[in-house]
Amino acid sequence: MKLVLVGLSHHVAPVELRERVALPLEAAGELSRDLASWGLEAVCLSTCNRTELYVAAADAAEAQERALDAFGRLAGADRAELSSALYRLADGAAALHLLRVAAGLDSLVPGEGEILGQVRSAYEAGKPGALLDRLFRQALHAGKKVRSETAIAESPASVSSAAAALAQQVFGDLSGRRILVIGAGKAGELAARSLASRGADIAFVASRTPARAASLARQFGALPLPLEAIADQLAAADVVVSSTSAPGLVLRKAEVAAAMRVRRGTPLFLIDIAVPRDLDPAIHDLDGCYLYDIDDLEAVVAESLAGRRREAERAESLVAEEAARFREWQAALEVVPAIASLRARAEEIRRGELARAESRLGRLTEHERRTVESVTSQIVNKLLHLPTVRMKEAAATAHGAVYADAVEHLFGLDEEAT
Amino acid sequence: MAELLFWPALLAYGEAVVAYIGNARNPGLAGRAATWGVRVGWLVQTALLGVQAVRVEGFPWATWAGSLNLFVWLVVGAYLIWGCRAPYRLLGLAVMPLAAALFALARVGGGTAAGPRSHYSNIFLVLHVGLVLVAFAGFTLAAGLSAVYLWQERRLKRRAAGLLRLRAPSLLTLDALVARTIVVALPALTLGIAVGLARVRSDRAHLDALMVLTLLTWFVYGLFLLLRYERGWRGRRSAYLALAGFALVIVVRLGLPVTHFS
Repeated sequence: MKLVLVGLSHHVAPVELRERVALPLEAAGELSRDLASWGLEAVCLSTCNRTELYVAAADAAEAQERALDAFGRLAGADRAELSSALYRLADGAAALHLLRVAAGLDSLVPGEGEILGQVRSAYEAGKPGALLDRLFRQALHAGKKVRSETAIAESPASVSSAAAALAQQVFGDLSGRRILVIGAGKAGELAARSLASRGADIAFVASRTPARAASLARQFGALPLPLEAIADQLAAADVVVSSTSAPGLVLRKAEVAAAMRVRRGTPLFLIDIAVPRDLDPAIHDLDGCYLYDIDDLEAVVAESLAGRRREAERAESLVAEEAARFREWQAALEVVPAIASLRARAEEIRRGELARAESRLGRLTEHERRTVESVTSQIVNKLLHLPTVRMKEAAATAHGAVYADAVEHLFGLDEEAT
Repeated sequence: MAELLFWPALLAYGEAVVAYIGNARNPGLAGRAATWGVRVGWLVQTALLGVQAVRVEGFPWATWAGSLNLFVWLVVGAYLIWGCRAPYRLLGLAVMPLAAALFALARVGGGTAAGPRSHYSNIFLVLHVGLVLVAFAGFTLAAGLSAVYLWQERRLKRRAAGLLRLRAPSLLTLDALVARTIVVALPALTLGIAVGLARVRSDRAHLDALMVLTLLTWFVYGLFLLLRYERGWRGRRSAYLALAGFALVIVVRLGLPVTHFS
C-alpha cells in the first residue's frame, strides 16, 4: 500500500483559497467515504489553517489523481490554478508531515493544543484502512508524547493567556479569585474570559456607558458599576483588567494604596491593556501590587514563543523517531505477503509429503502422528526463520521489494498466484 | 559500615544539586533526576543514621557534628514533603546545596561515624536535641521558601520576560507554606527549650549566651506568627522576618560546638 498526501495550509495558501476548501467535520467525513467508494483508504483533515487529504492505495498515482480531483471540486478551480498552493507528499514524507501536524509543529503557534483534537476527529470521521489507521494512531501518540515530554505547550501564546498565567504566578489556583473588569471592550473581555476559564470569578464590570457595563456583566453574572465606583470595589477584587478608551488615567496610586490597606497584605494583580494606559504606572511601586501593561505582556508572550521554538527542536527529534517507526512498519508491509505465501507454500508441501508418507508407512498411532507433525513443523519453521528475519530487515532498509520479488521468483510463488 | 553509607548519600545529594542547576537552566528531565537524587540520598542517609544508632546503642548525635548530620537528615526529609512536586523544584536549588555542604561538614567533624556514647541521659537528648533540631530543620525550610518567595516577587516586580519559562510556586502558596512550616516548627522549639530550661534548673546552672540567642530566635518566630495573624503581615515583610529568624538559627548552630559540645 502506498500513502499519498495532497493538501494546502497557511504556509502556502492565502485565506481566500483556504476558506474555499475548508470543510466542516461531517463534510470531511463525507469526502473520505466518497474516496473510499473507489477502493481507497481516506481521511480528510480540515481546519481553519489547512485542508489535507490522506489517501492510501495500491496505486499511488491513482490515489493522487482522486485527491487532486477532490480538491478541484472543493475549490471550484482547475488544477493549474491550484497547483502552486497544493503540496503532494508520499509515504515517509507524508507520514512525517502528519506527525508534525499532530504535534503542533506545523501550526502557526508551535505546540498549540487544538490541532491534536482536530486530527483525532478527522481520523474518527474518515475511512481509514490498515495503513491510515496505523498512521493516525501513531500521529495521535506522537502528539501526546511531544506535549508530555517537552514544554512546548506550557507557555502562553497570546496576551490574554499571558495575563492569566501571570495572575497564576501571584495567586496560584485562580478558583474563586474575583476579577474587576474596567471597560467593556473586546480586549478586556478576552483577558477576563481567559482568567475565568481558569476558575476566576468575574465579579465586577465597570464602564463609562452603563448599558454596556450591564450587558457584559449580565453575561458573567457580575455586578455592573459606573467608573466612579471602581475605587470602592478594589478591596474586594484580586485581579483588575482595564481596557477603556479613556484619554486619561481611570485609577490612581492613592486609590489603590487605600484599598491595599484594607486588603491586609493580600496581593492585587492589575492588567492594563489600554492605549493610552488606564492605570497609574506608579501603582506597581506599591507593596503587593503587580501592574502589567500591554508592552509587558507582549514581552512575556515573545519570550514564551521563543521558548516554544526552542522546545520545538526537541519535539522534532521525538516526531522523527515516531516517523521512523512508522516507516519500518510500512516497509515491513511490502514483504508480509511474500512471507505469508512462502510459509503457506512450505506448509502445503509439508502436509502433502506427510500424507504420502502415511500411505507408505502404514497406519500410525496417534502419538506417532503427533511426533511426526511436530518434527516436520519444526524443520519447516527453522528453515524459514532466517529468511523471514532477513526479509524484515531488508524491508527496514528499503530493499524489501527486491527481497520479496526474489523469494517469489525462487520459490515460484508468483507462478502459483497466476 | 557508616562510612560506606556516607559516600553514596553525599554522591546522591551532589547529583541532586547538579541536576537542580540543570533544571533551572532547562526545566524537564533534570528536575526528575534531581528529585530522585534527593530521595535516594535521604534513604541512604536514613540507613546511615540507623547504623549509627545500632552501633552506639543509644543516641549517637550528641556531638556538634553528629547533630549536624541529624539536622541535615531532618531538613532534607522536611523538604521531600513538597520538594518532589515539580513546582517546588526551585526550592531544591535553595535547600540542597546547603544540605550537601553541611553533610560534608558533618563528616569532617566525625558526625557520620559511629562515635562514643553521650554522657547525657538519652531521654534528655532525644527530647531537647531532637525537638530543637526538628524546629531548626523547619526554620531552614521556611528560610528556603522565603528566599524563593523574595526571588519570585522580585521577578514579578521587575516584570522579567522569562517569568513563565522558569515557573516558581505562586507568591500566595509560598507565603502560606512559610507560615505553615513555622507554625509546626515553633511548638517543637518551645518544647525543646522548655526541656533544656528544666535541665538547667535541675543542674542549678546559668543561662549561657547560646541559650539567650535560642530564646531570641523563639521570640522572632513568635513575633512572625503574631504579626501575621494579628496584624495581617504578609508577603515581602513576612519573608524578611523569617530570614532574620534563620540568621539567628545559623548563629545558634555555629555556637553549638563552642558552648554545648566543648
